[in-house]
Amino acid sequence: MLNTFKIAIKAILVNKYRSFLTMLGVIIGVGSVVMLTAIGTGLQAYISEQFDELGANTVLVFPGDPFGEGGGFSRENQLNALANSKLEMNDVKEIEKIREFVELAVPFTTQTDNISYRNNDKSVTVVGSTHEYLVAQPSTKVEKGRFFDKNENDSKKKVVVIGFKVAEELFGSIDPIGKKVKIGNQTYTVIGMQEEAGGSFGGPSLDTYIYIPLETMFKQYDTKKILEIVVKTKSADNIPESIAAIEKQMLKKYEDDEFSVFDQSEILDTINQILGVLTIALGGISGISLLVGGIGIMNIMLVSVTERTREIGLRKALGATPNTILMQFLIEAAVLSVLGGLIGLIIAFLGTLAIQLYFPAKITLQAVILAFGVSTVVGLVFGAAPARRASKLSPIEALRYE
Amino acid sequence: MLKLLNVSKHYQLGNNLIKALNNVSLEVKTGEFISIMGPSGSGKSTFLQVASILAEPTSGQIFLKDKEVSLYNEIERAKLRNKEIGFIFQSFNLLARTSAIDNVALPLVYSGVKHSEQMRKAKEILEKVGLGDRLNNSPAQLSGGQQQRVAIARALINDPSIVFADEPTGNLDSKSGDEIMDILLKLHKEGKTIVMVTHEEEIAQCAKRQIVFKDGKIIKDFKTKTAKKKK
Repeated sequence: MLNTFKIAIKAILVNKYRSFLTMLGVIIGVGSVVMLTAIGTGLQAYISEQFDELGANTVLVFPGDPFGEGGGFSRENQLNALANSKLEMNDVKEIEKIREFVELAVPFTTQTDNISYRNNDKSVTVVGSTHEYLVAQPSTKVEKGRFFDKNENDSKKKVVVIGFKVAEELFGSIDPIGKKVKIGNQTYTVIGMQEEAGGSFGGPSLDTYIYIPLETMFKQYDTKKILEIVVKTKSADNIPESIAAIEKQMLKKYEDDEFSVFDQSEILDTINQILGVLTIALGGISGISLLVGGIGIMNIMLVSVTERTREIGLRKALGATPNTILMQFLIEAAVLSVLGGLIGLIIAFLGTLAIQLYFPAKITLQAVILAFGVSTVVGLVFGAAPARRASKLSPIEALRYE
Repeated sequence: MLKLLNVSKHYQLGNNLIKALNNVSLEVKTGEFISIMGPSGSGKSTFLQVASILAEPTSGQIFLKDKEVSLYNEIERAKLRNKEIGFIFQSFNLLARTSAIDNVALPLVYSGVKHSEQMRKAKEILEKVGLGDRLNNSPAQLSGGQQQRVAIARALINDPSIVFADEPTGNLDSKSGDEIMDILLKLHKEGKTIVMVTHEEEIAQCAKRQIVFKDGKIIKDFKTKTAKKKK
């Protein structure tokens, strides 16, 4: 067996260039399967991570029905929902009254506006919320200064906490705390600066957000509308009951389609489902190239058997059994595909490292095993026919072959 | 050593039945050097294939060392050829791009001998045929005579009971041919059993026993008193 293996390796090395070209099909197949599924699973992991930051005891109340007709969960749907939002502060208070389940309800809403300091000017997303916003969004952290308090919200104080990028662009190296800025036509005092949140995949970065008290926001933009209520439940174990209680409360005032209550797992499930289908589709398409690679191996092995007819005849005359010849060619095909698979994996690893600079990508063990397994099986299956042909050659016919 | 009893080999060629070997009986004794002669199409090549267990006879019995090898299946025949039979071909049939020593060791690969042992034996036998300094040369780097000597070394490596040579000098110039015949005669002296097919009278006369084929039958089988050396 070891000897047969050596013979097969030798045959591959004798035709290095041809062997490499044969492997190329498998290399591209395995490489693309692993890399594309890495992008898909990376995206899923990234989104899960974002949701995990909210915490397991989080329930979200939206206006309208973002998962309803038209489907999808897009920013556009969200904006339409906001424009038609009927949610208001009173709902927040009513939800907080469900003491059995609800720990805390934090409303927030957003606007797009300009912020300026002296001659510097920047378009930002203005978030209006209560002092409890930091509890609802644990990923938001204050690096310098402080967040506004209950008193400042109640008395509609014009104070602002700015995102990292906003501070960088407006103030440069100057300490922004205590400085006066203009939001729209109103003057605000900067009381805090958010920690750098880093790139946010899709959508604007949290670093370009600024935060003002909700009551101040209502006054400045002359509105009472709320975009979303983040509800922290008392326990993560009775989320369905909590959702039911909140829905029951909301139905006293609203129609069924005027609000939606979700827990994060529901939203996550939907997104994962979509991404899962996408990943399988991408993997499947690149799987076709793996098949083409296998056919390439079969083609070359058939050529190789014909080319080496005399050699096969000689080996048989000198004592090789049909089985030994079968194994020799089968191993040759398997080595070509396994080696191609390995090179493909290395390329996929390097490629994924490069992609990770711009995009969340994650290679899973499953994808590696699947691609590698398929490439090996492809080699064996497509190598079988030529190997069988070689093993059936009669030694006399083969020795006479020119 | 080798006994053929009423052996026939028939081929179907279109509508014609070709009786390449027609009821041939023959016994080869241990240590004999036999030459097989005959015009082309006389059945001498078919005889060689059948006698060397490469091809199966259509009918008849073949015994090698008192075992009826004509009953063997393909795997048993492969193992038998590996252990008991040495082949020397007209066109050498060496593996290209493979060193002389690896070519010689090839039969040992199929008898499951350890690699170090393969190399030791192959080196020893290559030295015996005068190629001790050409172990790592590929066939392309060797002359025709040297290639045939590598092939002889390969035929001998498993110490077979009988060596079959098919026109061993057919592709060589006369000087190289003489060298090859010298080696075969030396092997005969050492007690090897050799069956050689040739169409050259002079070469055939090197053997003590000469057999002539015609139309698939043996028409002459005679012994000369002493084997003549060429020239």
